[in-house]
Amino acid sequence: MNTAASSLATATSSASRAVQLGAVALLGLFVVGFVGFSHAEIVHNAGHDYRHSMAFPCH
Amino acid sequence: MNLFRNAVFAAAIAGLFAGLVMTAMQTFATVPLILQAETFEGAGMSGHHHGTATAATAGAQDEAAAAEDHDGGAWAPADGFERFAFTALANIVTGIGFALLLVAASEFAGGIAGWRQGVFWGFAGFAVFTLAPGLGLPPELPTMPTADLMDRQVWWIATVAATAAGLALIAFRGSVVFSLVGVALIVTPHLIGAPQPASHESPLPDGLHHQFVVAATVTSLIFWVLLGGMVGMVRQHLLATAGGPSKSFA
Repeated sequence: MNTAASSLATATSSASRAVQLGAVALLGLFVVGFVGFSHAEIVHNAGHDYRHSMAFPCH
Repeated sequence: MNLFRNAVFAAAIAGLFAGLVMTAMQTFATVPLILQAETFEGAGMSGHHHGTATAATAGAQDEAAAAEDHDGGAWAPADGFERFAFTALANIVTGIGFALLLVAASEFAGGIAGWRQGVFWGFAGFAVFTLAPGLGLPPELPTMPTADLMDRQVWWIATVAATAAGLALIAFRGSVVFSLVGVALIVTPHLIGAPQPASHESPLPDGLHHQFVVAATVTSLIFWVLLGGMVGMVRQHLLATAGGPSKSFA
């Protein structure tokens, strides 16, 4: 493998790394946001004790 | 997508484990206090939605409570096992969610090299998600008066974001200027101040709320330390089984 190819590979992989980690973070934000912050009554009632215990703003 | 898959796998294992332990801790430490606080509902303060109000309070007061409590009789889990099961589910699901955030942040910073480093990441998570927002908005019990929900949620999210950014500047930028900016970011939400209710008067007996603040904060500390430690452990295991000198997930 020549130098040019390997540096290109590194660049691609570092961009793809950022995209993948960004996707992981977004997934985490979505999950925590939905369970902890959704105003939907059903979600609030189901996670009620959890929200209080984790000190999420509630009610 | 190797990195994505490994990151989600590590987060799932760590979140499942920490969520289960957290559920067990809450069952003994925080939920009994929440149930105790609910018995004070209808005692002059706004009603609630778990059907704990006695039949005597039915009628006009119930209607007022329902309207005020924005639930309008929506579904809620039945007290007992069903309620416990949904609390456990919420713990596991958000445990995995918090773990996803922790894995993503730590991989951007170079990755966690073992369970001990993971514990320190856990402490950071505790500081960001429990300590900082909890200073302005302490864990609250049912029946306690509160400021507008939306305002509190906005302050909570902004405080978490500012604290995380501040800690990252201090930890990963080796300069005094960045550290000062980091400290400023951490302090600013508290200078602005969290939305507070008009009055803190509540029907709860003295001490119940204090006990709850301690229980919620300490259980959360244990949760975060376990979560961070587990992420570090699982990550190390994944790297070891993948073989090779690679120091990264990808």
